[in-house]
Amino acid sequence: MRAMQQVHLKLNVNGEEEEVSFAPYKTLLEVLREDMNLTGTKHGCELGECGACAVLVDGQPLLACLELAVECEGRAIETIEGLANGSVLHPLQAAFADLGGAQCGYCTPGILMTAKALLEAEPNPSRERIREAISGNLCRCTGYQQIYESIEEAARRINEARVQA
Amino acid sequence: MNAPEKVKPRTRFDTVGKPRRRVDGRAKVTGLTRFADDLVLPRMVHCKLLRSPHPHAVIEAIDFSRAKDFPGVHLVLTGKDFPVSFGILPVTQDEYPLANERVRYVGDPVAAVVAKDEQTADAALGLIEVKYRILNTVSSAEEALANPEPRIHDYGEQGNIHRLQAFEFGDVDEALAKSDHVFEDLFFFEGNTHLPLEQHASVAAPDGEGKLTLWSSTQVPHYIHRALSRALRMPAQHIRVIACPNGGGFGGKCDLHNHEIVVSRASLILGRPVKICLTREEVFYMHRGRHPVLMKMRTGVTNEGKLTGMHLQTLLDGGGYGSYGVASTFYTGALQTVTYELPRYKFDACRTFTNKPACGPKRGHGTPQPRFGQEVQLDKIAEKLGLDPAEMRLNMVAKPDSLTANWLKIGSIGLEECIRQVVDHSDWKKKRAQLPPGRGLGLACGSYLCGAGLPIYWNKMPQSGVQILADRSGQVTVFCGATEIGQGSDDMLAAFVAEVLGIDAFDVRLVTGDTGLTPVDLGSYSSRVTVMMGHAAIQAAERMREMIVDAASMELEVSPERLVMAQGRVFLSEDPSKGMTFAEAVVYAETKYGTLGTVGSYAPPRAPGRFKGAGVGPSPAYSYTAVVVEAEVDQNTGWIHVPRIWVAHDIGRAVNPVLARGQVEGSIYMGLGEALMEEQVFRRLPPKMSHALVHKFPSLLEYKSLTSLDMPEVFTYLVEDPDPNCPFGAKEVGQGPLLPVMPAVANAVYDAVGVRIDEVPITPDKVLRALERKAKGETPRVGPDHFPKVPYPTPIYVTTPWEGGDGNETKPADRKQAVAS
Repeated sequence: MRAMQQVHLKLNVNGEEEEVSFAPYKTLLEVLREDMNLTGTKHGCELGECGACAVLVDGQPLLACLELAVECEGRAIETIEGLANGSVLHPLQAAFADLGGAQCGYCTPGILMTAKALLEAEPNPSRERIREAISGNLCRCTGYQQIYESIEEAARRINEARVQA
Repeated sequence: MNAPEKVKPRTRFDTVGKPRRRVDGRAKVTGLTRFADDLVLPRMVHCKLLRSPHPHAVIEAIDFSRAKDFPGVHLVLTGKDFPVSFGILPVTQDEYPLANERVRYVGDPVAAVVAKDEQTADAALGLIEVKYRILNTVSSAEEALANPEPRIHDYGEQGNIHRLQAFEFGDVDEALAKSDHVFEDLFFFEGNTHLPLEQHASVAAPDGEGKLTLWSSTQVPHYIHRALSRALRMPAQHIRVIACPNGGGFGGKCDLHNHEIVVSRASLILGRPVKICLTREEVFYMHRGRHPVLMKMRTGVTNEGKLTGMHLQTLLDGGGYGSYGVASTFYTGALQTVTYELPRYKFDACRTFTNKPACGPKRGHGTPQPRFGQEVQLDKIAEKLGLDPAEMRLNMVAKPDSLTANWLKIGSIGLEECIRQVVDHSDWKKKRAQLPPGRGLGLACGSYLCGAGLPIYWNKMPQSGVQILADRSGQVTVFCGATEIGQGSDDMLAAFVAEVLGIDAFDVRLVTGDTGLTPVDLGSYSSRVTVMMGHAAIQAAERMREMIVDAASMELEVSPERLVMAQGRVFLSEDPSKGMTFAEAVVYAETKYGTLGTVGSYAPPRAPGRFKGAGVGPSPAYSYTAVVVEAEVDQNTGWIHVPRIWVAHDIGRAVNPVLARGQVEGSIYMGLGEALMEEQVFRRLPPKMSHALVHKFPSLLEYKSLTSLDMPEVFTYLVEDPDPNCPFGAKEVGQGPLLPVMPAVANAVYDAVGVRIDEVPITPDKVLRALERKAKGETPRVGPDHFPKVPYPTPIYVTTPWEGGDGNETKPADRKQAVAS
């Protein structure tokens, strides 16, 4: 196997532009975890089956294990590390922590990012819409019910804050 | 000896019982929880394993010269580098980290490459040439019985039978002969796997002194520590095992795994950190999941629906290695007596070796299979006797503070209340057998251990130890070997200590699952953490409390009994304004006693059974669950839709109700997956392609599990009847609620369309086949139709507690004498 030339480009992750060098075959998941030390994004299969690696790219949930990192130049990438506002948890994070939405916590980053995209598109999703939105994210711990409740509670808190603002 | 100190029962709680954010919740939602594969160390290199493509073969030669010379490769290891066998149970040391001469399933590791990155290691694996001599394979338990040669292992009972066990508690033939009715049924429970979302990962690194540290996705760091010391021939005091938080365990991370030994050895040879992370496909090969079990159940009942006796025979497909299989085999029978009154009981079990990934413990460990059989059979019995299945069960629930036929000591039982809760909330009385065709309700119950009574290696030492340090800053640090696998082990530990010391759970600093720092706790398995760690934590905290209260009472010039510790203060019970902060009180205590440290430990009470084999089944307490499932069955497609499930669980006391509910609902989820779709199954490749036995679908996409769209609405009821043998009365909740789900689904399908599916999973094709049989007037049932001849031994006969037994085996001669007199 010949050593492949590394590519060198800028990635915009959580609002910060960063120059990264990596082998061109690497997926966004691998570059985030291995070359940028952003290990908050998880992997459960690396085949696009489990949803654990979901991140947002230009606001849309995307499976980082199926996306080549070279294709992400110039796009806005959001990961779990950027979800909180400084040390203030995003309402989704707070609700998941409070209401049992996270058990082992392994599927949690992917589900939180997916839920963020949902709530940005639909501030008041029905239970049915929430079920649909996270149907690509497997969770082996919770049975999903406390995840729905966490998302519903976060939506309520976000909307309440919006009304007050 | 290690019994918990008598602590006056608490009547009010500040932390326990209150819904709270778990102490590790914030880390989990910010991505800061460090799982094993998230660890990165300087100079770290990466390991990949070459796995056998054959299910059964002799390794004749391995040529790894090209791999060794491949650029970027640091090390290649083969079976020759690992002469010592290992196994998690002392009686089954039958595995090698890399196969020494024989491979026993597709996926058995034969060589390892350590390289600068995974890509390079993977490429180098392709350069290793292995010459195999193919052997015949065994694909099922029945094939194992029929084909004693070639033997998969050269130990065991005979041929490919790994283990035989037989017990009889009271004369069961006599009991059945005197019964008004005897029901005989065959059931089959297919194997399935844990499927934790986190793939197993490990990092091994030598420290500055040349000692070894292993970070791993493991549920049992203490057992890994012991087994690793033996496998590496390295003193245990030079090994430190750190259990990273597990991204789900469910029993799949309870073995010492090949890769843990390989990276440990490699890091010691190379003098640098070595990491491995299994691929999802490899996780399916690691397995150690639910055993496929064929069961024959003969049960006697009276006309009133009381059980008179049961004879259960089980046949387990163990896969290629021992793993926890000896214990699993015991568990297919040991807890069958705990749910209902059963005057006499006979149990024969057989575990076989087959050329598939080894089976082991999965949530419920060996007990969901016979639970399925019994609960479906009870449904049949109730119908035959014209009884309501719920009423019939209510009339036979085991009695609190009693002994079972097989000498298990039961404490509190909340099962009657559980049954009433699900019956009321599901509107059972109005709906069962009265819903329109295609819709039905099914009920089932179960019970489970709150911690296995004995450790996996024989000793009388504590099974959980907790150490607490407190210092003048007010900081409380708690050390315990218990392991966080997502269930809330850390949160339980913090809650127990916080409750006793009257501080906030968030103010407790935890150091857990680290054999280099923490007192031994046996780990997260057998639903033991809350009860065993809880007892140890409370004992350590009470001892700390005593010193703090004593010092504070001197300062306040009152007697210690008058002081309360709550809300971060130590104060006079009748005048809360008179007191001090917790930190101030610690300063007085440290001044009086010197550096403050306490320990607590727990070992379960000795069980009353004395016969050989009595060690599996005892527990400090048993939890109980009742479930009602509603099912809709499409008679044209056989498709089963489950819209609603009601579950009531006897938890004793919910320490953190948020987590307790999560454990119940997670169990329902996993049980429903097992009931409807999850199966770890294999197929033979066509003869021209090697005829090998391969995993049918080692991927997350094809191994079907429930998504959010498949999950029904679950109504959870926690029944809180504190058990006096449990810390603050709290029993287990992580496994018990899974047990009744599978039979409740089968019973609901019967109520909906009148067909019996006597095997798991209950899939549309089976429902359709049964409906076709029903339409033709044949027996409307799908399930096993014969039970092979198994050479079960003469059972160990033990007289029951109510027939004059003393817990010892009754030898045949003594039995004859007793009958004669």
